[in-house]
Amino acid sequence: MSSPNGTDPGSAGGATDPFATSGSTATASHRLLEVIDLHTGFKTPRGRVRAVDGVSLTLERGRTLGIVGESGSGKTVLSRSIMGLLPKRNVVREGTVLYEGIDLVTAPAEQVRDLWGAEMAMIFQDPMTSLNPVQRLGAQITEGMRYHLGMDRKTATSNALALLREVGIPEPDRRLKQYPHELSGGMRQRVMIAVALACGPKLVFADEPTTALDVTVQAQILNLLQRQQRERAMAMILVTHDLGVVAGRTDEIAVMYAGQVVEQAPTAQLFANVRMPYTEALLQSIPVLDAPSHSRLQAIPGRPPDLVNPPPGCRFAPRCRYVQERCLQELPPLVEAEPGHWYRCWFPVGSGAPVTVHIGAGEVPADPIPAAVAGDFGGGEQVLPAGGAGGAGGDGDAGRGDPALGGDGSEGVV
Amino acid sequence: MAGTGTAHLRSPEDVLLRVEDLVVEFPTRRGKVHAVSGISLDILPGETLGLVGESGCGKSTTGRAIVQLPRPTSGRVRFEGNDLTTLKPGPLRQLRTKLQLIFQDPISSLNPRRRVRDILAEPMRIWKRGTSAEQQQVVRETLEAVGIDPDSAMDRRPHQFSGGQCQRLSIARALVTEPKLLICDEPVSALDVSVQAQILNLLQDLKERFGLTMIFIAHDLAVVKNVSDRVVVMYLGKICEVAGPDRLYAHPAHPYTDALLKSIPVPDPGIRPSEQGTLSGELPSPLAPPSGCRFRTRCPYAQQRCTTEEPQLREVAPGQYVACHFPLGSTSASPQPVEVAAGVPV
Repeated sequence: MSSPNGTDPGSAGGATDPFATSGSTATASHRLLEVIDLHTGFKTPRGRVRAVDGVSLTLERGRTLGIVGESGSGKTVLSRSIMGLLPKRNVVREGTVLYEGIDLVTAPAEQVRDLWGAEMAMIFQDPMTSLNPVQRLGAQITEGMRYHLGMDRKTATSNALALLREVGIPEPDRRLKQYPHELSGGMRQRVMIAVALACGPKLVFADEPTTALDVTVQAQILNLLQRQQRERAMAMILVTHDLGVVAGRTDEIAVMYAGQVVEQAPTAQLFANVRMPYTEALLQSIPVLDAPSHSRLQAIPGRPPDLVNPPPGCRFAPRCRYVQERCLQELPPLVEAEPGHWYRCWFPVGSGAPVTVHIGAGEVPADPIPAAVAGDFGGGEQVLPAGGAGGAGGDGDAGRGDPALGGDGSEGVV
Repeated sequence: MAGTGTAHLRSPEDVLLRVEDLVVEFPTRRGKVHAVSGISLDILPGETLGLVGESGCGKSTTGRAIVQLPRPTSGRVRFEGNDLTTLKPGPLRQLRTKLQLIFQDPISSLNPRRRVRDILAEPMRIWKRGTSAEQQQVVRETLEAVGIDPDSAMDRRPHQFSGGQCQRLSIARALVTEPKLLICDEPVSALDVSVQAQILNLLQDLKERFGLTMIFIAHDLAVVKNVSDRVVVMYLGKICEVAGPDRLYAHPAHPYTDALLKSIPVPDPGIRPSEQGTLSGELPSPLAPPSGCRFRTRCPYAQQRCTTEEPQLREVAPGQYVACHFPLGSTSASPQPVEVAAGVPV
């Protein structure tokens, strides 16, 4: 499945350009979804926001892909652009999205609509606002089956009962007559899953399906999704900001940053051999249960770039601990580290690049604040050899006690 | 779980805050919501107390009831020798300057129409602390302390800042009255994981610098472990377990704590998420909480005794208190999981 495309201006020397000659290994018959150089932009008074900027993906039947990124990384816009769920007004969608050979970008609206629900379905983050509050659950679950599969009411209802049982809802007969507000958040998400599964889709998007839920319910819902995905041999795209959620439950992971895929690999390979500094930083900023309490967290200083005018070089460079001069000038292409493992970095993790310590950097201000202010925060930066970084930075202790320094943000230390 | 009891409380002379038998009930048309049912806890000066539990367990209500927003139904809240529950509104307002709250949603807890300098100076203006120039000086210093450049930020409004920066502003606002106790209610759950780490580190730094005592309310056990000196696990308005974080996470004694820990997704593909040990079913209604131990309807080890008798908090290891008849790892009875009758399969 993994065939991220390197259609960047900077895909130059040494870097094999994977897609020019279709480097994908999957045979056409296995390929369910193929996204080629997809761009999605929003027109705003300030200019075009490049929410998705040249993403390519391939997904085989029955496989699961995790898309991970912070808010604003474009992961949700990507999944909606693939399905074609974004409004037409002020949205520019360019590129190719092949679903079983049909290009969803150019296909007529009616044809795409016939695919929604029947072939591909989406489970949204917030089950309260994505279920219709004034319609009984029974009607919402059966709607797709009646419309797409032409079932009569009776068959559809008995199917809905079976579905509710499958997704672990007690007293399904009673639930069919209830409204969404009568259910808890976890139960609503189960109903959302039942709605999505109703027509037996081949591809399910789950966009932060558990972010609104408690951790115990999250585990139940993720287990349910995984079981349904396996039993029905559906392909699934699991979109989340939580690397913990995708770690044990996907075949492959694509990490997004500022509208681009910055690293993509089979799940085990990604965790075993992180190449992209952003992925590494993301993993390290998560508080770990095994760490003793009060251990200092390694925050990522600053924030993602403005997507109207992204920086010319690597988009992660301003926050990267390994940043070099070249990173600020040239956008690195996606290159293949080992079969199936792609990353977008000039000086990948483990290549011995020196570490840049951002001293006293607070959070870099929001977009509307001029760049000059960011400079104020940035404080001095000094480049240290990778080996000596740990001692020099003292895990951010340098910042403590000094009132002028925010303290955090100085954790760019190994 | 669901215990009451005060075995875990420490000597009243040593503590900054002592909450005894706190009860908060909300009347509704369908009956009384038992949000908090007899919670006792205390905090030493300089300590960070973590309150964890699922939504609906009463952790936020506990935090708010401590500052008397709203006043609890019954129970006592002693802070520096005063019982807040009996204090008249005037003196209570005055005392509240020492007890500050930080909320979950940083953007909606700042007035969108006001400038940062006014938002931060308002508490000092209300309490007539210093001249206007002195107040502005405090605002500058506090902004610097939370890692925001005062020169560019003071004349901006909240919408011009990111979520993480707004949370820094909320923290700054809480600090200008020089509080003793900071109650943080899910301060990082609305933030991205990279920004979350920044805010957690900031809170830790400020705590050391200003000698703060903190109550840290969150549903994320890993976050709570990172910041806390002592952790209280709550379920449906009651305390399950109290222990130091390292002890609690290594040797959970309450079946609920154990289940919570097992539910956390681990960022390691080598660890396959197990369907065992995670909880089935959902939180029972706080309108009619279960008899006996409130956790029994979802507990894999529930016995007859759990339905009739409410467990009391007792010490099972040094510094570890649990409200359970059959705690995990106990020598007396090591119960086998039994099938839960009701509950949702999954």
